[in-house]
Amino acid sequence: MKPRTLFDKLWDSHVVCAETADTPAVLYIDLHLVHEVTSPQAFAELRARGLGVRRPERTLATLDHSTPTTPPDDLGQYVYASEDAAQQVAQLETNCAEFGIALHGWGSAQRGIVHVIGPELGATQPGMTIVCGDSHTSTHGAFGALAFGIGTTEVGHVLATQCLLQRKPKTLAISVDGPLGPGVTAKDLVLHIIGRIGVNGGTGHVIEYRGSTIAALSMEERMTVCNMAIEAGARAGLIAPDDTTIAWLKGRPQAPRGVAWERAVTQWRTLKSDPGARFDREVKIDAREIRPTVTYGTHPGMVAAIDAPVPAAASAQDRRALAYMQVEAGRPMAGLAVDVVFVGSCTNSRLSDLRAAAELLRGRRIAPRVRMLVVPGSVAVQRAAEAEGLDQVFRAAGAEWREPGCSMCIAMNGDLARPGQLVVSTSNRNFEGRQGPGARTVLASPLVAAASALAGVIADPRDLLPQEQAA
Amino acid sequence: MSPFDALRSRTVVLPHENIDTDRIIPARFLTTTQRSGLGRYAFHDWRYRTDGSPDPDFVLNRPEARGAQILVAGRNFGCGSSREHAPWALLDAGIRVVLSSEIADIFRGNALKNGLLAVVLSEGEHRYLLDHPGIELAVDLAAGQIELPDGGRFDFAIDGFARRCLLAGVDQLGFLLQQADAIAAFEQQRQREAA
Repeated sequence: MKPRTLFDKLWDSHVVCAETADTPAVLYIDLHLVHEVTSPQAFAELRARGLGVRRPERTLATLDHSTPTTPPDDLGQYVYASEDAAQQVAQLETNCAEFGIALHGWGSAQRGIVHVIGPELGATQPGMTIVCGDSHTSTHGAFGALAFGIGTTEVGHVLATQCLLQRKPKTLAISVDGPLGPGVTAKDLVLHIIGRIGVNGGTGHVIEYRGSTIAALSMEERMTVCNMAIEAGARAGLIAPDDTTIAWLKGRPQAPRGVAWERAVTQWRTLKSDPGARFDREVKIDAREIRPTVTYGTHPGMVAAIDAPVPAAASAQDRRALAYMQVEAGRPMAGLAVDVVFVGSCTNSRLSDLRAAAELLRGRRIAPRVRMLVVPGSVAVQRAAEAEGLDQVFRAAGAEWREPGCSMCIAMNGDLARPGQLVVSTSNRNFEGRQGPGARTVLASPLVAAASALAGVIADPRDLLPQEQAA
Repeated sequence: MSPFDALRSRTVVLPHENIDTDRIIPARFLTTTQRSGLGRYAFHDWRYRTDGSPDPDFVLNRPEARGAQILVAGRNFGCGSSREHAPWALLDAGIRVVLSSEIADIFRGNALKNGLLAVVLSEGEHRYLLDHPGIELAVDLAAGQIELPDGGRFDFAIDGFARRCLLAGVDQLGFLLQQADAIAAFEQQRQREAA
């Protein structure tokens, strides 16, 4: 048999009807994640056509985008940014009840950002196809699942038929080898990759990340890397499951148990690209070259090492981006004054991210000019962090410890920066106005975010690391 | 979905590369539960100044842009989020065709499913349109051709299935629903394998 890539195996095992010149493939979807923003119109379509949800047990809903990250008021009510936001959440509650879908909503200990709770629950498993009306669905590829974002029309397709019409994408292998230096994280790695291949470098492709650097990453780090595959334009990012994946999933609430677990593990171990499998494109990255990396422009492909000069503008486009960011070519990003620091989002809101930021903040105070928000990715992350006292570390440092949600990543729940403010953000998009009209976003790792909060300017975390680590 | 057959319109040109879906419709307008009426938010933060007044310099606010149904956009149009509100907003603002040298995957899929014809042209063709804003084009989907004012033609192709759905004005869910037997057979096969 012809050697196949991991992607080929995932694709082949989910084809209900093969694609032809005239029609796309009908692809079966194992897990459909649903949130309040991109689903209401899809449910309305089902109602209009008199359709039901084909597989409610393969559908999992939560509230994350429009929800406030402030605690409930004295009456126990959550205070929304707008009546529309409250309506949208109420609509999802109604839709889930009517169509028989499990909702991890208010009051659930399993609520959180959709891409944090899927893995946390063990609902995300190797070998699956996973979709959600959210482009960062690529996150789940960290488990060796084919996971990609879809539009609302397709949300309706999956609700009604558990299938999607898809043309087979191309494959791009990104091999990363070598150790990551001290203070260099998975976030720096993925920003470096996007800088290398470009914000459209993955368009039409599914990325498989491979190599010794990737194999050495924890599951949470792998999720950070796959999360941002879409920022290079790729439909999905994939990492082959291995011992790290299997150990992480064991015992999760929705993971298989007993004999079913053993059988699943045997099957998961076959999910890797065969020797000699051909990719449409290949890129090689040397991890040793990567330093703490930040964005300097208005898309995630405009990146530079924190201490390297910002490249000169090569086009009118670049000049516009630098002007918007109030950044000067030829000077490094380090040293630029910071107004807001945001630690959170489906990219970097997991326990290890919060630990990394807290480690630098412990026993220190953030700069008086800086407002810092720390927003855990889920109720489970929130509780685990509180059990370790991380909330106290953040509060003592002068940061705000908030309720879980997407928060300032998408800034549609009232958490936003003012025009002109510079935000060092652990999220995934630095588009103009993404974090509030006129706000300037610098994407960074939790370490860079914490170091910058302390310094009041964009700062290199390596200067704060213990000597033996920094050496 | 209303059918798309052919149309004749002037172009409006946004030459910026990497116009993301947050540009097309900012996230703060996504708290709606409707798909209609989003045209007023299309390119909102370009169209309106911070005091809420229209920016007369923005190309879509200029008198010559009024009624234009063809948007010529810089490379990698529609990158970023999967929000279908982006094509909904463009359609509601009167845009029926988007032309670029590269269009982000999710946006392109969403557009075609809503009757917004998203077409990728060659670099040279794209460059010509960027350099000649406001010219009148005749777009013929059945023929796969764009006719220029001087009689010149650009041939284009989109996915054949999406093309047939657009021409007929039918959405793709109908086709998927017709595959119910195959889907049931697939599910049963898997159940047998798991047993």
